[in-house]
Amino acid sequence: MSADILAGIANVLGILAALVVVSAGLVFVERRLLGFWQERRGPNRVGPFGVLQVVADGVKLLFKEDWVPPFADRGVFILAPAIVLIATVLAFAVVPIAPGIGVVDLNVGILFVLAMASLAVYSVVLAGWASNSKYAFLGGLRAAAQMISYEVYMGLSLMGVVILAGSFDLRAIVAAQADMWFVVPQILGFFIFAVAGIAETHRLPFDLPEAETELVAGYHTEYSGMKFGMFFVGEYVGMVVVSGLIVTLFLGGWHGPLLPPVVWFVLKLAVCLAVFVLLRAALPRPRYDQLMSFGWKVLLPLSLLNLVVTGGVALALDG
Amino acid sequence: MTAAFLIAAAVAVLTTALALTRSNAVHALLYLVVSLLAVAVVFFLYGAPLAAALEIIVYAGAIIVLFVFVVIMLNLGPEATEQERRWLQPDIWVGPSLLAAVLLVELAVLLTDGSAAAAGVVGPAGTRAVEARAVGIRLFGPYLLAVELASFLLLAGLVGAWHLGRRPWQGSPAREEEGEAP
Repeated sequence: MSADILAGIANVLGILAALVVVSAGLVFVERRLLGFWQERRGPNRVGPFGVLQVVADGVKLLFKEDWVPPFADRGVFILAPAIVLIATVLAFAVVPIAPGIGVVDLNVGILFVLAMASLAVYSVVLAGWASNSKYAFLGGLRAAAQMISYEVYMGLSLMGVVILAGSFDLRAIVAAQADMWFVVPQILGFFIFAVAGIAETHRLPFDLPEAETELVAGYHTEYSGMKFGMFFVGEYVGMVVVSGLIVTLFLGGWHGPLLPPVVWFVLKLAVCLAVFVLLRAALPRPRYDQLMSFGWKVLLPLSLLNLVVTGGVALALDG
Repeated sequence: MTAAFLIAAAVAVLTTALALTRSNAVHALLYLVVSLLAVAVVFFLYGAPLAAALEIIVYAGAIIVLFVFVVIMLNLGPEATEQERRWLQPDIWVGPSLLAAVLLVELAVLLTDGSAAAAGVVGPAGTRAVEARAVGIRLFGPYLLAVELASFLLLAGLVGAWHLGRRPWQGSPAREEEGEAP
């Protein structure tokens, strides 16, 4: 019994540590990959190949003055960066990595992830409001509208997967993909989820809440030191969560020939993350109204269509 | 489980009280969010994980975000907080407090009444988790009429929102000629 508990604790702590380390390491990987794709070098001075750049950045952030502007709403200003980190880390808890590796199995796993994604909105909105400055405020407003809208298609695009697997449980969904990855029958849902996932994590090209050409730095304009660092790490954890969900829901989770399950999961995750970075390197940022009308006029009808067709086919095959 | 319920319930009651008494609208809404999260925990404990998840997604994650959005948009500043503080005088509290007290007494009677607990109205013992599948089958079986009525209501709301949000120069070419174009 105590061995079970120890294994459970090791599981939880190991996944948490791996998640945070991978997310922090992503900063370096992203900059190197961007450098590669944009024909420049990227960070290559600190440590071998510049690997220790993250450590240097972290030390810098820790030693910066942790300043709360006098015009800010102090309590909410401090609370905001914590929310995004807590929500995204919690969302990763339901992602199954391999048989026996995973923090918790919920029978409403997908809904739990969506719930955490919808709570993460508060972080950005409250940061924008509490900063009490106009650029942060505009960033917060944009983020609220963008994230609420894209949550809708994110949820709807996953319902096709739920119909096929017959469960909200992420482990059951992975088990249902033993023969065929859901990306094949749910190709539309896959693309909608990927786009909505980028918008939910407000990564480039959908980083309008922090568009530096117009809004200085958007909702985190007034943040400095480790509070800014928490927004930053939260964004990268969000990337890992969305990639983990794509792997789990559409790319067959840990299933794959020859190699052990964990290796398959990590490989697929790495490819997804690299695609995230490639999108950032390749695509320009759309205008804000383009982003919103694309969502409501293209993605929403498409995700509804996907849901109707999947449901119809499932019913026809069933009876 | 009883301890978890008591903690969650206490948090829910406390944060709801705080949500009512804060004079800063955004702070009040934040307490309301915490209250909803606590209620979600109670749902989860009583074997309704679907209700718990929907509570967070729909109420905490969508509706209250819209409230926060509107409050932030209005950006009323410290004057509004002052005004709210003036409005929150003790004599305004009497009526609502009395009504709430009646409900509280009723709830206390129900909770202590053995027959209600035996009938399965209250009590954590013997509860089992309700699967999402069961909820769906019920909704689209015996309660289909209610679902359809709700969808009527939502459609009407959607059409209304579209009508209100429509720009006057859109949709009718005749008006465009009248020079209302931007």
